[in-house]
Amino acid sequence: MAFVLEGVRLYKLQLGTLLYWFFHLTSIMWDVEIRGMASAHAIIASSIFMATVMPAVFVENFSVYGTHMVWLYCVAGSVAVVNIAVFWLLGISPPTKKHTVSYKINRLFRSCLYFILSCLFFHTVVVLYGAPLLESALETFSLAVLLSTLTTLRCLCILGPNVQAWIRVFSRDGAMSVWDTSLQITTGCSVIGAWLGAFPIPLDWDRPWQVWPISCTLGATTGFLTGLLAAPVWIHWHRKQLTYKLK
Amino acid sequence: MRRLPVLVTLIWVCSVFYVGIFLFVGGFLLVRLEVNRTSTCADVLSPGAQVKGDFCLSEPRFRRAVVLIIDALKADFTRYDPENTAPKPFENKLPVLDEMASLHPSHARLYTFRADPPTTTMQRIKGFTTGSLPTFIDVGNNFASNAILEDNLVHQLGQVGKRVVFMGDDTWVSLFPKKFHRSLPFPSFNVKDLHTVDNGILQNIYPTMEGDDWDVLIAHFLGVDHCGHRFGPDHPAMAEKLSQMDGVIRSVIKRLKNDTLLVVMGDHGMTDTGDHGGESQKETDAALFLYSSSPLFPAPGSQVEPEVVPQTDLVPTLALLLGVPIPYSSVGQVLLPLFPQNGSRGAPTGLSQAEALWINVKQVNRFLETYSNMAKDIPPDSLSQLRSDFSNISSQYLAAVHKGHLPSPKLVVSMQNYLTAVRETCRASWARFNPFKMAAGLLILGVACVLCYVLSELSQVVIQEGLLKLPILSGLGVGLVLAAGQLFSQGYLELSWCIGAAALSSEVLFLWRSGGVSPKGRWSPSSLLTPALLVLFLRCASLLSDSYVIYEGNVVTFLLFTLSIYVPLRLNWDGLLVPLPPPDTQKPPRLLPTVLPSSVVRRQATILLVWLGVLVGSLYLSLSFHNCREEQGTCQPSPFLSPLSRVQNSQLRNLHYVLSVGSLALWGYLLHRWLRHYGNLNCTSLTVFSACFLVPLACVCMGLHWAVSATPEDTFRNLSELIGLAQVFLPRTTFCLLALGLLLLWVDPMTVFLKSRTPLNSRGTSLPPPKYRASTGISPQAELHHLIPQLYQRIRHSLEDGGTESGETDSRPAVEAYGLGTVYSAPLVLLCGLLGLVLLLLHPEGMALAFLLLLLEAGAMLHIYACSSNLSSLHKHSNDFSVPWAPVVSWSLAAAQFFHATGHLPTFPSIQWGAAFVGFPQGHTGTALPASLVTLNTFSSHIIFAVGCPLLLFWPLVCEVRGTRSTRSAGAEESEDAVMEMRLRESPLKFSSGLLQLAARYLFVNGAQVFASVCAAAILRRHLMVWKVFAPKLMFEASGFIVGSMFVILGVAMVMRVDVSVGGLFKKLLPQNSR
Repeated sequence: MAFVLEGVRLYKLQLGTLLYWFFHLTSIMWDVEIRGMASAHAIIASSIFMATVMPAVFVENFSVYGTHMVWLYCVAGSVAVVNIAVFWLLGISPPTKKHTVSYKINRLFRSCLYFILSCLFFHTVVVLYGAPLLESALETFSLAVLLSTLTTLRCLCILGPNVQAWIRVFSRDGAMSVWDTSLQITTGCSVIGAWLGAFPIPLDWDRPWQVWPISCTLGATTGFLTGLLAAPVWIHWHRKQLTYKLK
Repeated sequence: MRRLPVLVTLIWVCSVFYVGIFLFVGGFLLVRLEVNRTSTCADVLSPGAQVKGDFCLSEPRFRRAVVLIIDALKADFTRYDPENTAPKPFENKLPVLDEMASLHPSHARLYTFRADPPTTTMQRIKGFTTGSLPTFIDVGNNFASNAILEDNLVHQLGQVGKRVVFMGDDTWVSLFPKKFHRSLPFPSFNVKDLHTVDNGILQNIYPTMEGDDWDVLIAHFLGVDHCGHRFGPDHPAMAEKLSQMDGVIRSVIKRLKNDTLLVVMGDHGMTDTGDHGGESQKETDAALFLYSSSPLFPAPGSQVEPEVVPQTDLVPTLALLLGVPIPYSSVGQVLLPLFPQNGSRGAPTGLSQAEALWINVKQVNRFLETYSNMAKDIPPDSLSQLRSDFSNISSQYLAAVHKGHLPSPKLVVSMQNYLTAVRETCRASWARFNPFKMAAGLLILGVACVLCYVLSELSQVVIQEGLLKLPILSGLGVGLVLAAGQLFSQGYLELSWCIGAAALSSEVLFLWRSGGVSPKGRWSPSSLLTPALLVLFLRCASLLSDSYVIYEGNVVTFLLFTLSIYVPLRLNWDGLLVPLPPPDTQKPPRLLPTVLPSSVVRRQATILLVWLGVLVGSLYLSLSFHNCREEQGTCQPSPFLSPLSRVQNSQLRNLHYVLSVGSLALWGYLLHRWLRHYGNLNCTSLTVFSACFLVPLACVCMGLHWAVSATPEDTFRNLSELIGLAQVFLPRTTFCLLALGLLLLWVDPMTVFLKSRTPLNSRGTSLPPPKYRASTGISPQAELHHLIPQLYQRIRHSLEDGGTESGETDSRPAVEAYGLGTVYSAPLVLLCGLLGLVLLLLHPEGMALAFLLLLLEAGAMLHIYACSSNLSSLHKHSNDFSVPWAPVVSWSLAAAQFFHATGHLPTFPSIQWGAAFVGFPQGHTGTALPASLVTLNTFSSHIIFAVGCPLLLFWPLVCEVRGTRSTRSAGAEESEDAVMEMRLRESPLKFSSGLLQLAARYLFVNGAQVFASVCAAAILRRHLMVWKVFAPKLMFEASGFIVGSMFVILGVAMVMRVDVSVGGLFKKLLPQNSR
């Protein structure tokens, strides 16, 4: 239990530093944005780390391979919660035009709908890629949920439930802020990670992580972490070339 | 366009690849020399060892033998389990063997009889008569005939005057011509015939046995094997067949005399689907049953008995039991339980164990000495080890005999160990490679791949400057010089080195010359890092792992799927998939000179996504047509793979039939629909005749043929003659119709309908904007969409390009031409359609669905490419007809994917031999026709995609959006003009270079895969799986490349043929019009 409290304190601490950076270092706007993003990414990454470590306290015989579904849902849940919290706190989401309650509810409803649709979409794509259709459908769907959490949820947080904006973001000149660029990078990395994760499945090594869908979820998570790490570095490296159109 | 240089270049590139493949395969496949010496009676025992003198004169243990060979008698078939209450059709059907072995343990034994791969009947007959080990491809000195030249049991029996009577499988007669005292061969090639051979034997075997003019009777039954091929083991017909065999064995046993040995054996086993040829245990484990009316075996338990008997061991055993010398090159070991353990001296029962083994050891040692003198295969260290072993054994044995007591059991064991060691040494050393040839083949193939890449980058330069003449000529020169040098210095010719040197020198010279002309700075490694080539790299890398080769079908589908969803993602990344937002009024529109109207973008994007859906759907559905390798554990072969006659549920059979015929009809309809849509069916040429009449007629014939072959044999007994006739003539008619169609297509490939119009005003005056002339009765769609009304101008343009005098072209009448826009692609599409029907006929009926998917997928890939090139054409200002890598790679991957999705696998047992009997249910006389039919069947997807390869060049033109190209290239007056493929005639040089580039790219993609599998075979040549996975994969990949490249050349030649005709048409029109 003490461990949990420790973790929560860690969260608070990091959030504190983030807010400190974000609100107090306003002299160089550009760097602040990058640093803010780096800290947000650090929080999300540490949440994944926590989700891997923490359940060992609560669940008996917890291991990433053995109780893979538990791990998967822990990671998905924590990433979802932390993402929503961070982006809500930072106020990254596009400003809503109307402030009526019904409009907000509508937005929320549409976001949920898009999320579920994206899960179904990923499920279909994964099945088309060769996943078994009927047997282990739950595992396949869990992979789809994880992928949606890593990609679609961030889209929803950053761009709102606006498919045209999503399509726009994933084009060469479509990014309008550092957050859009980081979204491009993390989404691409997660999807490519899941794709690469499928490679070891046919090999005859008989390892526990070759069982469907463990390698793919691990690949997606690793890709996502890589994206989180790479995005600030890449943006910092290319900050001279990046010019965003004003909204 | 320049036809000859393109064709010559392609043929040269292909032959360079062939040379590389030939060299590598020559060094890689195992070679075993055949020893042409024979044993004689005198040389069996060395003088001084025994006082027996001439071996053949002594009284043998058995005077006669009956050998019943039941083809594919799997070990499982012979086991009897009385507790099995619900036996499968192949279980518990041969109780006689178990009964005899348990009731008379000293008279009978049942062993598992392990064959060496390859488990095909002819190789097996060779194996258990010569006693030698087969190699991967048996390289003997007799390519012309099948006759066995090595010393063998039949020869030895004949040599000592035993009368060998043979009946059954006619393979034996071709293997042992004129060796039998009497032979009754029956045709064996027709796999569907379960009874002819067996009934023929049954009519003759009992009278022969009761007569007295035989010493050894060999009867080879084929029914069980054919039943396995036709129905699989799990079928009532198998139970019937095995019960019949049970009866045969019982009656033969009844007629046996005391001096006769009975051998019942299977030559190989079968898989669960009834096939054989590979090296899985199910295929290698057959049964061996030995029986004699007089006591033969020791009491059970008194000796250690072998569990499994290798097939080679039968040869020395039978030879010694029958009193003939062991064949010279046998490496088998006598079966000890058949020889008395001790005290043979003076007893009339023949040799003792130690004596038999001693004879065997001496014979094997003699063979080893001879072989090691002839060939240097066997490694010297193991040879010297074996030699010292032999001298030990020899001195011990001679000492024991000299002292007059029995050889010790230890000596017996060491003799057995020696024989086993020789066998294993031979087995290992006959898996020897020729590293120089392999390296040379690898080098030539690798350089050929580089050459293909360079050619595809420099196609235009190559055609313009004629870079090829020198490399080809010098290559030929080097080859000839080397050949002459060899002839003078050595006196003989090593052809492979000559052609290897020729190929390599021409390659290097070409690369050197092209390095001189290539524009500098164009060669950057980043141009190789496109995703398409990355996918190709992954595909090639996957060929180096046995797991990926085993799951190759899924791997290819995965990669193809990735490549196809990459297309819209990439377009979106470039901002081309969705219409641009309305341009900012503040900014000057300097970014893009012309923008596609957003309605066009939206329409093209929708078309692209719809076709992507079709592609993805057919990719997914095609997964359900896969066959299974034995290595894939829990895999069920597709139900569509078995011929309809094997489906037992009649409702299911009808459903399958309806599905197949439906997809056949849809195939024909889609073909017709496409041609009609583009107005190619309006004229009255021979091609249109074949498209309109021959194709539907062939489809009807095929449907009828399937119906006839699906009817169970016993339903219409009174119509059986008619059915037999229909089975011969329906497919032959279809073949003839389709062949006629192909011939007509070659003779007259034009599908253009010309229509003269009243003369227009001359060119100088205001040319009225071209309008479509509605003419009733002629394909309204064609007029609406793709009619080319302005042949007038096009003819003029092309003639001006050709340098014709254009001064007096003013007052020509205008001509309307229908179908000119697809003049190149229409014959090619029709060619693919006709070829597809031919190939479909060679497949099981259910594969019609897979072929339909193939058509849909090819169409989808073409349309996706066309749409994406339409969408991105804005950015490409170059007007050359260059096909990017992505469509070419996916085209080639699709060929590999449909290789699997039509039920093929890169393994030898999975070859669909049934294709040889389509239209020839009685079998063939020669081997060329069945071999080519089976080749066509195996590489059908390679063939279709290779022939259709030039379509990739044409399709963007066929589907071009009106106004996209011309608006930026020419004036506004032509902007509404859909010239489609006539654009190719405007710039013939670019056309030919584009075609050469496309073909070179396709060859590169396929050649890279061949190179990868060659590398896999070379690197992993000591891998556990090399003979099971990599070597067959190499053979299939290489043969697929050879067949595919030939058909690429055919496709390109077809385009050339059309070009000639189009040129002729224009020439014909011009004088008419201008004068």
